[in-house]
Amino acid sequence: MNGNVLLKMDDVSKTFPGVKALSGVNFTLRKGEVHALMGENGAGKSTLIKVLTGVHAMDKGVVKLNGRLITAKSPQEAQMLGISTVYQEINLCPNLSVAENLYIGRVPKRRGSIDWKRMNEDSERLLKRLNLNLDVKQPLSDFSVAIQQMVAIARAVDMSSGVLILDEPTSSLDNQEVQQLFDVMRKLRDEGMGIVFVTHFLDQVYDITDRITILRNGALVGEYETSKLSKSSLVSNMIGREWREEDEHRKKEQSYTSEVTMSTQALTRAGSVKPVSLSVKKGEVVGLAGLLGSGRSEFANLIFGIDQSDSGILTLGSETFQSMNPKKAIRKGVGFCPEDRKVAGIVGELTIRENIVLALQAKKGIFNYIPLKKQQEIARKFIELLRIKTPSMEQRIDNLSGGNQQKVILARWLATEPSLLILDEPTRGIDVGSKGEIRKLILDLAKSGLSILIISSELQEMIECADRIVVLRDRMQVGEISGDHMTETNIMKMIAEGGGSHEQYSQTGS
Amino acid sequence: MSSIRKRAASIMHTKIIWPITALAAILLFNLFFVPGFFNIEIKNGHLFGSLIDILNRAAPIMVIAIGMTLVIAKEGIDISVGSVLAIAGAVAISLLGVVPLWLAIVAALIVGVLCGLWNGLLIAYLGIQPMVGTLILMTVGRGIAQLITEGKVLTTDDKAFGFIGKGFFLGLPFSIFIAAFVFLFVLYLKKRTALGLFLEATGTNKISSEYAGVEPRKIYLFVYIVCGLCAAIAGLLVSSNISSADANNAGLWIELDAILAVVIGGTSMRGGRFFLAGTVIGALFIQSLTTTIYSMGVPPERIMVVKAIVVIVVSLMQSDRFRRVFQQKNKQAVAG
Repeated sequence: MNGNVLLKMDDVSKTFPGVKALSGVNFTLRKGEVHALMGENGAGKSTLIKVLTGVHAMDKGVVKLNGRLITAKSPQEAQMLGISTVYQEINLCPNLSVAENLYIGRVPKRRGSIDWKRMNEDSERLLKRLNLNLDVKQPLSDFSVAIQQMVAIARAVDMSSGVLILDEPTSSLDNQEVQQLFDVMRKLRDEGMGIVFVTHFLDQVYDITDRITILRNGALVGEYETSKLSKSSLVSNMIGREWREEDEHRKKEQSYTSEVTMSTQALTRAGSVKPVSLSVKKGEVVGLAGLLGSGRSEFANLIFGIDQSDSGILTLGSETFQSMNPKKAIRKGVGFCPEDRKVAGIVGELTIRENIVLALQAKKGIFNYIPLKKQQEIARKFIELLRIKTPSMEQRIDNLSGGNQQKVILARWLATEPSLLILDEPTRGIDVGSKGEIRKLILDLAKSGLSILIISSELQEMIECADRIVVLRDRMQVGEISGDHMTETNIMKMIAEGGGSHEQYSQTGS
Repeated sequence: MSSIRKRAASIMHTKIIWPITALAAILLFNLFFVPGFFNIEIKNGHLFGSLIDILNRAAPIMVIAIGMTLVIAKEGIDISVGSVLAIAGAVAISLLGVVPLWLAIVAALIVGVLCGLWNGLLIAYLGIQPMVGTLILMTVGRGIAQLITEGKVLTTDDKAFGFIGKGFFLGLPFSIFIAAFVFLFVLYLKKRTALGLFLEATGTNKISSEYAGVEPRKIYLFVYIVCGLCAAIAGLLVSSNISSADANNAGLWIELDAILAVVIGGTSMRGGRFFLAGTVIGALFIQSLTTTIYSMGVPPERIMVVKAIVVIVVSLMQSDRFRRVFQQKNKQAVAG
C-alpha cells in the first residue's frame, strides 16, 4: 500500500456470546477519501465501528493509525487518538448554546474562569470552516436537526486528527439538508480528511463516496471503487444473491373497491396542516409525498389523533369525527406505524410478544385481559407470517435488528385487525432485504382488502406500492397523480412547482 | 448436571436472587450472633419471637412499598406517603367514638384515595415533576394531620380498632394478613388485568405506549391513587399498633424505607419492569436489619451508620457493573 493510508484495520475478529460478529475483517481508510461502509443490518458495520472507537474490545486483529499501532480501550481514548464519531442520534445538549456544545469538556479558560469571548470567536471560526454562519450564543435547540447535526460534525472535526466516522448522519435530514451536509463532507475530504460514511441510502453512496467496503454476516465481501461498482452488484454483494432492477416494479393489480374506508374534508391544524381533503378506498394504497416538514407526517398525526385538528371532518367508515385520540382511532380500525421507530414505535424493555399484543390489549381495554396462551398464539402467528427473525418471542425487542423491529410494530397493528393502516416511513433505516419484504407485505395486505396510507421519502418506494399519490408542499395539498403518471420526475416537479391548482396534475385511475 | 447448572444460572440472572440473598445473609448472621433470635414461643395461643415481631413491624413498610413499586414502575416517585399515613391515622382516631368503627376506617381510606388523586392530578395532568408534586403533600400533609388532631397526640382505647395493628389471627399478627391481602390484590391487578403490561409499557416508553392506544395519564393517575390508598392502610396499621395518632412522628421517613425496599427488590428507578415479590422481600430485609441492629445493642447514635453500610453493600450487589468488575477481579485472582 502507498503512504496515503490513514487507518488500517487488519484481520479484526469479535465474538459476542453466541454470535460471531466479525471474523477476520480488513478495512483501509486513505487520506482525502469518503469511504462507505455498507452491509445489511447485522452485517457487522456497527460492531466494526464500535471496535474502532473503543466501545468494544476486539478479540483479534490490529489497528494502525498513520502506521502506528493503536488500541483504544474507550471512546474517550479513541477521541484522544483523533478518531471522531458522529452518531445517528445527536449526542449534544439542546439547552446549551452552540458554542458551549462545541467546546463542552474543553472550554478555553482565562484566570480560572471560562473565556466566553474566545470560546465564541473560536466557535464562529470553526463553523465558518464548514460554511456555516450561526449565532453561536443561541441555544442549540433553536436550530433545525440538520444544523444540529452539522454542529456535531464541527465538534468532531475540531477534535479529530484526520479520521471522521459518520454513522447514518442523513437519516433524519431532507434532500436539501443532505446536500448541505455533502458539501461539508467534500470540503473536509479535499482538506485531506478520511471519512467513513455509514448509510442505508444507495443513492447517497454514489453521490459522495470514493470507495465502498461491503460486509456480510460479519465477514468482508470486498473493497471497491464506487465508480466501478454498479448499483445492482452493490446490492447483490450486500444481500448475497442476485438482484435485478426488474425485481422492483410498479404495483400492477388494482385491488381496490369503491367502498371508502377513510376520508377527510378540509382537515386542518393551524401551523401544521392546511386543509387536506382525500379519501382512501378499501384495498387501496395511497401515498403521501412531499419534503420533510411539508405536512405529510403532521397529516397522519391528525388522522390518528396524536394532534388535534382545528377544523374539518374526518370520516371513518360511516362515522364522522370532529376530534380523535389514538385509543378511539384504534377502536375505529386505524393502525399507525410512526416515523420514528425508536421513540414512538418500540417499547424497548418489553418482549416481542408484549410489543405485539400492546395495541390489541389497549383496544380491548385494561380489564379485558388477553390470557397468556392467547397472547403467545397471536405472537407466534405473526412471527411466522411476517418472518420475524428471533430465537424466541420472549426476547426483548431492542435486541432485534431494525427491520425485524419494524415487522413487530406491523404485527402489533395487524393484530388489531385494522381497516386502515397508516405507515410513516415504514422502511427507514432498514436493510435492503427487509425493505423488499416489507414492500411486498404492503401489497399483499392491500390485496386482502386493507386500506393503506403510506408516507416515504423514497419516492421510488411509493411509486412501487401506491395506486395513487397525493403531493403536499409547504403544508398544502398541491396535487395528485396516479397510474403511469407516477414517476419520480413528475412528483419532484409537483413538489418543486406546486402551489398551482388542485386539479392541475390530477388523473383518475387509468 | 448441566441442566441443574443451567437452571441455577437462570435463577442467578433473575433479579429476585439478590434481595433473597441479602435477607438470607442477615438471618444467617442472626443465627450465629444473636442468641434466641429464631426462638418462637406460644403465649395465649399466639406466636411470639423476633421473627414474628419482624413480620408485624414490616407490614406497614411492605404495604407502602407495594404502592410505591407501581409509582416507581411508571418512572415516578411518591415522597408524601409518610404524611398520608399520618393523615389517615389522624382521621381514623379522631372519628373513633364519633362514628361507627367501620365508617372511621372507610373515611381514612377515602382520605388516602383523595391524597393519591391529588398527587396524580398534579403529576399526570398538570405535568409537575413527581418529586416536586409529592413534596407539596409531604410538607402540607403533616400540617393537615396536625389540624385534624388539633396539635395533640390523640389516643384511643378502642379494642376493635386495636386489633388491626396488634391483634392475632390464627396465631399470627393480623397486620400480616392485611399486607398479604394488599400484595395478592396488586399481584392480581398485575397478572390478571392489563395493568402490568400498560404500566411497564408506559414506564419504559411513554410515547410509544400512547401511539399504541394506551392512555398513560390514566395509568399514572391510577397508580398514584393506589399508592395513596396503600399509605392510608399503613396509617391504620401504625395508629392501631400504637393506639394513637401522632401527626409529627407517625410514619416519619417511611417513604425512604419504602423506596429502598422497592430498589432492593429489583425495580429500577428509571421505570419499566417491576417486581412485587422483590419489593416484599426488600421490605422484610429492611425490617430484619433494623431489628437486628437493635437486638445487637448497637448504640442508637450509630444505628444509622450501620444501616447505611449494609444498604450500600446490597446496592452494590444489585449493580451489574459492580458485579462484572468483581467477577473479573476474581478471574484474575484465579488465573494469577
